[in-house]
Amino acid sequence: MKSHTEDDVRRVLTRRGRWGFSEIAFWLVAVATLVFMPDRHLILNEIAIIALFALSLDLILGYAGIVSLGHAAFFGLGAYVAGILAQQGIGNPLIGLAAAALAAAILGLATSFLVLRGSDLTKLMVALGVALILGEVANRMAWLTGGADGLQGVNVSPLLGLFEFDMFGTTAYAYSLTVLFVLFVLARRVMASPYGLSLRSIRDNPLRARAIGIPVNRRLVVIYTLAAAYAGSAGALLAQTIQFVSLDVLAFHRSADVMLVLVIGGAGYLYGGIIGAVVFKILQDYLSDLTPQYWLFWIGLILVLLVLMDRERMVSKARTLWKRTANRLTHRAEPLATTRTAREI
Amino acid sequence: MSDLLSLRQVSAGYGDAIVISKIDLSLKPGESLAVLGRNGTGKTTLLNTIIGVTRHRGGAITFAGRDLSGMRPDKRALAGIGWVPQERNIFKSLTVEENITAIASPGPWTLDRVYRMFPRLKERRFNLGNQLSGGEQQMLAIARALVLNPRLLLLDEPTEGLAPIIIEELLAALRSIIRDEGLAAIVVEQHAQKILGLTEKAIILDRGTIVHASSSQALIKDSSPLDQHLGIAGKKPGNSPLRNIRLAAVAIHKQY
Repeated sequence: MKSHTEDDVRRVLTRRGRWGFSEIAFWLVAVATLVFMPDRHLILNEIAIIALFALSLDLILGYAGIVSLGHAAFFGLGAYVAGILAQQGIGNPLIGLAAAALAAAILGLATSFLVLRGSDLTKLMVALGVALILGEVANRMAWLTGGADGLQGVNVSPLLGLFEFDMFGTTAYAYSLTVLFVLFVLARRVMASPYGLSLRSIRDNPLRARAIGIPVNRRLVVIYTLAAAYAGSAGALLAQTIQFVSLDVLAFHRSADVMLVLVIGGAGYLYGGIIGAVVFKILQDYLSDLTPQYWLFWIGLILVLLVLMDRERMVSKARTLWKRTANRLTHRAEPLATTRTAREI
Repeated sequence: MSDLLSLRQVSAGYGDAIVISKIDLSLKPGESLAVLGRNGTGKTTLLNTIIGVTRHRGGAITFAGRDLSGMRPDKRALAGIGWVPQERNIFKSLTVEENITAIASPGPWTLDRVYRMFPRLKERRFNLGNQLSGGEQQMLAIARALVLNPRLLLLDEPTEGLAPIIIEELLAALRSIIRDEGLAAIVVEQHAQKILGLTEKAIILDRGTIVHASSSQALIKDSSPLDQHLGIAGKKPGNSPLRNIRLAAVAIHKQY
């Protein structure tokens, strides 16, 4: 009997974990930018880092329903850990990355018990408070962090002992993209596991999830810790690739920006953070070039429009339109098959 | 045979309010109990107390010899209590199949088996939870409770708000689960006629206390307690709702 149930679960999860053509194409395009857009590697590196940061927020917001406006705490801690290690002579980027992820995970685990209590507003405020405390601690510990002047003398060794971090950002982008891909694949596997299904159940209805045997708090603590490690990794990538860390990595706007990225891209399907990061960064780049003083106004306006016009509905309409067009192109003579709803049957 | 579930002088509620008071009941393995009563008499609270989402205010609950007091709801579910809530609470972002397998435990109830019981769910297995009709959601809620392979199934108003044809389908499935499979069950229902034909025992709740306890058969034969506590008296015997209840219950009993 046990094998039946295991087989059932495996079969269902295999379906969810299967890679689609569009996903493979997405990553091939990402790799292609390494070759075909050499003059844009600096901004692409930034996009990859923001995407990883947004992916970490998606893990808790999109999959577990935990709202956070203090996610920069983990990002900043990761940046400082990697930066300080490099400054102190441990310049191996992979060691710095692992140490940053670990430090952020420990902070995530320690604060999860505070952050996971109470209502959404409580969570939001506690997370924000943790980030503010960390920001002030970093400011006070100027002997270690450089305080308001920032961390100077961050010297990162060549990647794998072979690839120097160059001024055009090619190594940096390749490194960030690889880390993003590896962590994305890991997140994808986690979300296509029974654990991932249980997280979605918790997000949909925590009370019901608890009553059918899902240990809600334990699941939330684990995902919060994992998301913190992801954010710490993103911070480490930033510190290592720009070889400088300032208090800005812990600032409130980091948490707000990453939330904005996720609102643009959509939460709960892993790609939202990446797509949002691409759109956000391109918009930022374009708008700040067009109107250096008022670009934030336009970003804000776009955010308001996105929320008012309901991004999900727009995406759904675009998807239907795409399907219809594809259908017409492939079956010109045949009418579009309509899906019957449960109520019609 | 020792009791599967036992409640001794149990009081519980929400916050400071006590909704059920000094409840005594027991259920042996394979037994089924109908919980009847008007709206707001504590039927749902009784189920919520068994699964552990109310504030326990006194008394003892034991399940399969284990004390449930202070045990978390997820531990109670894993101990073998399956719950089908009134609101169904389908996980809307999961497909039907994912809803069922998300919490499946090894045991006789497998995905294939629940599909055989509810073929509609197999047809809809790739649909998201929010793309189902009310009846399909109810079937999914029952299927999801079954694949947990519980020893006790709690059903809260399973026929509420469903079309008559769907109710028939559901009652047949419940009949199979409760009577043929011998799964212990507590069924909360406002409408006695729908459920008395399926269960062995029945209690009537009023203002949070048990005001009547008997076998379901006895209640079908002598419906005066229903008359008294569910407030359906005062009509001529020929076409009274009470008589209709009795006739319907007998019909269901014969039919299944």
